[in-house]
Amino acid sequence: MTSNPTKKKNKKSFNIDAPLHVSGKTQYLDDMPELAGTLFAKACYAKVAHGYIKDIDTTAALALPGVVKIISHFDIPGENEIGGIIQDEPLLAEVEVHFIGMPILIVLAKDEITAHKAVDLIQVDIQEKEIITDPIVAFEKNELLSQPLHFQSGNTADAFEKCKYVYEGKAESGGQEHVYLEPQGAYAIPNGDGSLKIYSSTQGPTAVQRTVAKVLGVSMNQVEVDVNRIGGGFGGKEDQASAWASIVAVGSYLTKKPVKYILERGEDLQMTGKRHPYKNTYKIGLDAEYKIQAFEADFYQNGGAATDLSPAVLQRTLFHATNSYFVPNVNTHAYSCRTNLPPNTAFRGFGGPQGMFVMETAIHHAARALGVSPTVIQEKNLLFEGAEFCYGQIAKECEAQNTWKEAARKYDLARMQKEVDDYNLKNSYSKKGLAIMPICFGISFTNTQMNNARALVHVYQDGSVGISTGAVEMGQGVSSKMIQVAALCFGIDTEQVKLETTNTTRVANTSPTAASATADLNGKALQDACDQIQKRFYELARQTWSLSEDAAIQLTQNSIVAGDNKMSWNEIVSLAFQKRINLSAKGHYSTPIIHFDTKTSKGHPFAYHVYGTAITTCTVDCIRGNYEFDAVKIVHDFGSSMNRAVDLGQIEGGLAQGIGWMTMEELIYNEKGQLKSGNLANYKIPDIYSVPKEVEIHYLDTKGADLAILKSKAVGEPPLMYGIGAYFSIFNAILAFNPKAKLPYEAPMTVEKVLMGLYQ
Amino acid sequence: MIQFILNDQLIQTDAPPGTALLDFIRKDQQLKGAKLVCKEGECGACSVMVGKLEKGTVFYQSMTSCITPLVNAHGKHIVSIEGFNMEELTPVQQAMVDSYGTQCGFCTPGFVVSLSGYLLSNKTLTKEGIIAAIDGNICRCTGYKSIERAAGLVLEKVKKDLPVVDIEGLVKSKFIPAYFMDISSRLKDLEQATPQNGNAIRLGGGTDLYVQKPVEMYESDHVAVYDNSAMNQIEIADGFCSFGAAVTMGDLYRSELFNQALPDSDYIFKLLSSTQIRNMATIGGNLVNASPIGDFTILLLALDSEITLEKNGNGRSVSLKEFYKGYKKMDMQEGEVLTKIKFKIPGAKNHFHFEKVSQRKYFDIASVNLAGNLTIEEDKITTAHMAVGGVGPVPMYLQKTCSFLEGKKLAEDTIDSAIEVLNNEITPISDARGSADYKRLLARQLFIAQFLEVNPGLFNLKKLIGQ
Repeated sequence: MTSNPTKKKNKKSFNIDAPLHVSGKTQYLDDMPELAGTLFAKACYAKVAHGYIKDIDTTAALALPGVVKIISHFDIPGENEIGGIIQDEPLLAEVEVHFIGMPILIVLAKDEITAHKAVDLIQVDIQEKEIITDPIVAFEKNELLSQPLHFQSGNTADAFEKCKYVYEGKAESGGQEHVYLEPQGAYAIPNGDGSLKIYSSTQGPTAVQRTVAKVLGVSMNQVEVDVNRIGGGFGGKEDQASAWASIVAVGSYLTKKPVKYILERGEDLQMTGKRHPYKNTYKIGLDAEYKIQAFEADFYQNGGAATDLSPAVLQRTLFHATNSYFVPNVNTHAYSCRTNLPPNTAFRGFGGPQGMFVMETAIHHAARALGVSPTVIQEKNLLFEGAEFCYGQIAKECEAQNTWKEAARKYDLARMQKEVDDYNLKNSYSKKGLAIMPICFGISFTNTQMNNARALVHVYQDGSVGISTGAVEMGQGVSSKMIQVAALCFGIDTEQVKLETTNTTRVANTSPTAASATADLNGKALQDACDQIQKRFYELARQTWSLSEDAAIQLTQNSIVAGDNKMSWNEIVSLAFQKRINLSAKGHYSTPIIHFDTKTSKGHPFAYHVYGTAITTCTVDCIRGNYEFDAVKIVHDFGSSMNRAVDLGQIEGGLAQGIGWMTMEELIYNEKGQLKSGNLANYKIPDIYSVPKEVEIHYLDTKGADLAILKSKAVGEPPLMYGIGAYFSIFNAILAFNPKAKLPYEAPMTVEKVLMGLYQ
Repeated sequence: MIQFILNDQLIQTDAPPGTALLDFIRKDQQLKGAKLVCKEGECGACSVMVGKLEKGTVFYQSMTSCITPLVNAHGKHIVSIEGFNMEELTPVQQAMVDSYGTQCGFCTPGFVVSLSGYLLSNKTLTKEGIIAAIDGNICRCTGYKSIERAAGLVLEKVKKDLPVVDIEGLVKSKFIPAYFMDISSRLKDLEQATPQNGNAIRLGGGTDLYVQKPVEMYESDHVAVYDNSAMNQIEIADGFCSFGAAVTMGDLYRSELFNQALPDSDYIFKLLSSTQIRNMATIGGNLVNASPIGDFTILLLALDSEITLEKNGNGRSVSLKEFYKGYKKMDMQEGEVLTKIKFKIPGAKNHFHFEKVSQRKYFDIASVNLAGNLTIEEDKITTAHMAVGGVGPVPMYLQKTCSFLEGKKLAEDTIDSAIEVLNNEITPISDARGSADYKRLLARQLFIAQFLEVNPGLFNLKKLIGQ
């Protein structure tokens, strides 16, 4: 780039959306004005987790005034099978149902209450079949959703023989409901020519477009998908928004009317997939100096009833199975197991957290057996510059040790630990615990093909700028970042740049807003588009001012400047327009360097890694078994953050979500496969009193990766994994009360597990 | 016809009185700032302020409009996020912007309403108070720290600009729009008697009915009792505290009389749901819902309360501990209405205490809750009233355990033996709130905690907890 937008002074924090949000003026899907004649869709879903559909009676529902149509799989014009990787998930059940919440029929009615009543009147008779909810049972019955995965480096068998200490055990982590506050939904509007426009609350507009086209049996150019923004996604709307869009699309296609469906919270909880629960086994070997020499693990992922994104999630589990540590000999296997639960899906971290939890468990287990603090083993094994990951990539600009050392220094780890120990000596009824959680998270879609993006830039003749990218704003601040990129490239104020909706007719074939890589990919595509226009302006300036080819020209401070020559931004735009110069550009970016061979499980899959270290302290009430977090103190590798306040918000929010996953968020299914925590009265996410009293975040000033947008590293997913420290801090407090606690390594650490652990 | 003021607009509507207030605001009025998220009052994204004329001034409380019956808005001032908006951002809105207290934005209008409403409904502002005002607002994005910082900025701004926090001051400092000045006089002109819509269901705050059966409630045949003045009194007389069944938890929390009857009970209210729900949930509703885990029910059982049931003008008194006959079964005849609750005010020698543990410490349903009212004279337990929830089909008065304790010395041995009696008295089952084993252990622990709180220095419980 000719301009230099990486200068720190230009990286000013701002959140473009905040003023509208605080006034309640931001328009989400359900806030759009409804067109006259809009019909409301509602799914009749399976109340049984596995069985044959013997009979369906819709007579009473159809007789209800205001019911317009009831749609079954027979009515679907195209294909009934959906799914992001493999199309193995019926949109509407055909012969069998496979999980409670599987859609069977769709009611279309004149209003939502009528649709609700009609669904309640439908009788579905299902002959129940045996169900599986446990991934190990599924594995034993060979019910796998995809090919097992295997990562290997070195030779673990030989290495274990040489190890002084070897420990084996089991670890489990639970699922997690996304609880994006805006529920899933979509609104389809027919164009009259058979094509459709769909407003969808999705992270993946192209996924919605592709799925709807297949379900309708039309080509993709007949389906326009538009996303203004979404009220939270966290992965839950990466692949799973497509079903609801397909449902309204079918309804609209068949009736030629606008059709809308916003899921009620209970429906959303019952029908959609969640973070994958995992059951795992591990074996860890250490030498006399506590260096980890070998690590083996088997991961059994509870995939639910269809493939969804499970194989990709499973793969990332293996990428992150050694977390932030160098382990020379690694041998891991992973299985995606088919069960009779809703198909589990992407959730911030995408399998990475589940992998890291097992490694941290293994270290904790070893430390307990050896009678040392886990921090001793953790610190001795941190990744270093040039270390090779088990998948072949070399750690570059490795900040694992730096973030650890800086956290220990800045927050005075020794003093923190002493305060905890002193407290525990003095108090019998409550105990404190401390744990450190280092993280290392790879940035890029692990499916190399997806690492590309496009952007469209219009400079209007009055000097204002409109930009479109494939990024979906869901609270992560990507809108602000895109506006910053364009403003920096053009040297204009952010107020002059408008970000348009994410729309498949303006930016096509997009990858979903996911993998923390959205700002990198779309930002770089946007830079490419802006650079093209910038070059045209430079050329025009050269001609106008008769400058030489190598004359220095700059777009800065709302002007174009070359030595003593200067024109305002508006003047150069106006001049370019008069000279019939193209004021629009389409940019494209595909991440260089990255590659991965799925046959050998080796390559260089990530553009870069993000590092950090968190110290968590908690206090456990040893009478009642509940707990609170005193502090979480973090040193995080932001690279050179382009929007510190937005990035800080991602750390604080990710941490809280990670703590929720590790502590209070518990998905309870009964033996029938029925979700018992199927409403927000029974599924608890952190409230304002549950988050740590003190959260301190230190920006480790690092060079930042070249493949990160403006060297500002991706920040969406990594901080979630700091939450794993919450689990181990509680565990350590329990051990301070009851050193012999026979507490299994099973997350979440609910108040129930704590109390049982304290008194076993 | 239902009449009320929505923001600065007079509303006169024939919409079904059972309509959820949020649906009315979003669909009928096309005001889209308040969000529909859970329809359970569990997240606060639909929060509105509800202003009620009290002694000539308007008293504002936050409520979750998703489960508020439209009829309960009658005669009141309802303020949605749009009702706070002015040309410029208000200091509360600006504080949220400056602190980066909004990410996806879906919860944000609710937070802004709750924070702004805190200024409307409190004269003395504190850090704890302003955080408590948003204890019923859930955010999935921020982790709350930035919202805490915003609340801090709001307090600073108020301290700087407002010597007295009242409507006039708030208007002058542009915290709220000018139309708020006229609301009290406009409310005086409104018809106050609540229109009724049948007789089948007694409808209070709606916090349970609208969660259990939202569609049925829309067209329900009900008597709205929330604003029934005869059921809204709190009194103290002859050593007893009594109050009407439509009194809310929020009413009791703010009541000076109740505070006299049960001093230092702030910690209890903090454990009961959220600010919004406490403002809506009636005590009568809590009792007749007959949930084995009802917090206030357990509390009132331990106070050995008496309730009044009325039918056709005739009343009868029932001891609360005799009221529950089986799971969701009560000593209540067809047509009887619970009108009044009464308990003897604990004296100087009484130790009243409430314990609750839930998956999430606050704003959650208990796994087990326990309350005790012990009279202790010279190291002796002379009377004991204890109740425990979540360990049987009914909210359980611990008859056997209490009998065992009475007359015994307050000592570790007594408690150890009493735990055995307790263990035989409770019958927990495994469910979403925990396994039976856990609930049994937790009941024991809360039983111990009760004594620790009575007098932590009196004896040593380390042996009991294995330390």
